[in-house]
Amino acid sequence: MAAEIFSVFYQFADVFAFLILSAAGLAIVFGMMGVINMAHGEFIMCGAYVTVGLVKLGVPLAIAQALAAVTAGLIGVAVEYLVVRRFYKRPLDSLLATWGLSLIVTQSMLLIVGSSITGIGTPEGSFAIGGYSFSTYRLVLFACAVAVLVGLFVTFMKTRFGVMARATMQNAAMARALGARTGRIYAISFGIGAGLAGLCGALYAPTMTLIPTMGATFVVESFVTVVVGGANVLLGTAPAAVFLAMIRMALNASYGQIIGQIGMLFAVILIIRVLPEGISSVLVRRGR
Amino acid sequence: MKSGHLFRTALLGAVLGAAAFGAARAAEPPLKIGLLEDVSGDLAFMGMPKLHGTQLAVEEINKKGGILGRQIELIHLDPQGDNARYQEFARRLLGRDKVDVLIGGITSASREAIRPIINRTTTPYFYTNQYEGGVCDASMISMGAVPEQQFSTLIPWMVDKFGKKVYVIAADYNFGQISAEWNRKIMKDLGGEVVGEEFIPLGVSQFAQTIQNIQKAKPDWILTINVGAAQDSFFEQAAAAKLNLPMGSSIKVMLGFEHKRFKPPALNNMHATANWFEEIDTPEANDFKKRWKAKFADELYINDMGYNAYSTVYMYKTLVEKAKSIKLDDMRKVIATGEACIEAPEGQVCIDPKSQHTSHRMRLISVGPQHEVKVEKDYGTIKPYWLGEIGCDLTKKNDKDQYTPSHLPKKS
Repeated sequence: MAAEIFSVFYQFADVFAFLILSAAGLAIVFGMMGVINMAHGEFIMCGAYVTVGLVKLGVPLAIAQALAAVTAGLIGVAVEYLVVRRFYKRPLDSLLATWGLSLIVTQSMLLIVGSSITGIGTPEGSFAIGGYSFSTYRLVLFACAVAVLVGLFVTFMKTRFGVMARATMQNAAMARALGARTGRIYAISFGIGAGLAGLCGALYAPTMTLIPTMGATFVVESFVTVVVGGANVLLGTAPAAVFLAMIRMALNASYGQIIGQIGMLFAVILIIRVLPEGISSVLVRRGR
Repeated sequence: MKSGHLFRTALLGAVLGAAAFGAARAAEPPLKIGLLEDVSGDLAFMGMPKLHGTQLAVEEINKKGGILGRQIELIHLDPQGDNARYQEFARRLLGRDKVDVLIGGITSASREAIRPIINRTTTPYFYTNQYEGGVCDASMISMGAVPEQQFSTLIPWMVDKFGKKVYVIAADYNFGQISAEWNRKIMKDLGGEVVGEEFIPLGVSQFAQTIQNIQKAKPDWILTINVGAAQDSFFEQAAAAKLNLPMGSSIKVMLGFEHKRFKPPALNNMHATANWFEEIDTPEANDFKKRWKAKFADELYINDMGYNAYSTVYMYKTLVEKAKSIKLDDMRKVIATGEACIEAPEGQVCIDPKSQHTSHRMRLISVGPQHEVKVEKDYGTIKPYWLGEIGCDLTKKNDKDQYTPSHLPKKS
């Protein structure tokens, strides 16, 4: 019985971690800044490739993962400065521009590093409960997802930067009038978003095949989570991930992966129909 | 001015030679091969060797004077794993480029997408992959291995060695579904039991639930016919969770070279049957590998489809030369004699007249903890007999259906 209960928790934690880690970066860029970043998957891919490259050079895995997230973040700042900055008033054009960027990056990776590179292996460690054996690394992923949520909460709710960032997102002109350097805040926010995407890739790199298009496997889940969550990252993304993870886990367990995927997307359609602004709109209204 | 004279003679010779060559070329336009292979997208790592194999064969044949004195012109388009693009590009190659033969397609879905387009023309089509079998189509020549060559060897061996209970994880499209049906049929004949079947949408990369379902079902071994880079993540995740079950497959190792892409021991205890592995160690195979590596030094692995793609161009050459024609009907007359054979690096392979599928020398390999590959059993040459037995006979009628154990031709 204990094994069954733990198994349910483990499955939930697994799906939850995947949704949170793939969505966190997008939630900031899309949810807060309103930029539809179609290159989100490519930042994830970037994090994965940098991690594997560094590990092959002899860097310990955890450090490689941290460096990969930072790398993706710095690239994010550069991309914001060179491309995204020009599209804040034209959200639909930002979609096109970042999509173009994603195609260019994917094809360039294919040309430069080839169609596939060898993996590095998941860190050792598994444990058994009852008749089941589990990979320890999956729980590490869950812990990282929780840490990311806590980190975002602290950054945006407890720091000076967080206050300025939220002010800028709500009303950029007013924030600027009050002395906030909105340009820099946008750049840093985009960088955080890209860095979190890179972190996602870095964390999942040891468990996956690395190919230039690997970001695509994360993108549907991340968009779905963010759209269901709504504009507020902290009040939206986490509850959305909990909700979607429960649906997906239950359906996966009873009917298999196909029904799990279909069921989750069906739930998304229903939610958006009832709550067009996402879950966070309800929570924000309650809060007032 | 002796050297000047020599120079003028050489120049004259070169000009005359070029003119003669040009004239010959003008009289004999090149044969056009249209090739559709993914070299970008989710399956690029498998498709790249297919392009390379074709290029190698074309280059070798062109160097030795071409086919019937005609050079080969290769027109390759990259459908990027998109079936709609497969259709668009097939139409373009057939309609605009007027290719003499169409080769390619990687997944069974892509093959089924372009087959109706081929069927409206008289252009021959070569499918170069191993697949779930059963296509009885007069326009199509299949160069890869099929279930009676792969599953009828692999599954009895797995049952014999590991036990009668199998769990199946398969990609959710025609290849996975029909392959799983073959497994059910063969397991039933052997008195075995399928304790679980899971069909997984392409692109799914997370397998914690699947791993637990497998542990719950307690199979003796797993049949892995999951497809593509995302679904291959299963192996790493299963190894991390210490699943430690023997695995059998008709596509792993020789197609996706998972043993090269994943860190050991993720592919430990994998078993597969195919007509080609890069590890095959015979003089002909080694010579072929040497030529390949000389041209494509960076190839991670010469996979089965890449190898088949190479042999396909030679088979096309043999058919055209024996028929003394590039027309499909004339080539089929050669196939009907049963003498459409080539000496391939695996040994002699021949096209079966009834089904237009190819005989292959089949081997069963196993992968060890350090991902070393060992040939466990050599089955010799196996003919693609199943379609002929159930009543497909392309020498008598121009069928164009795909049959499975549960969808057999109507008895007439």
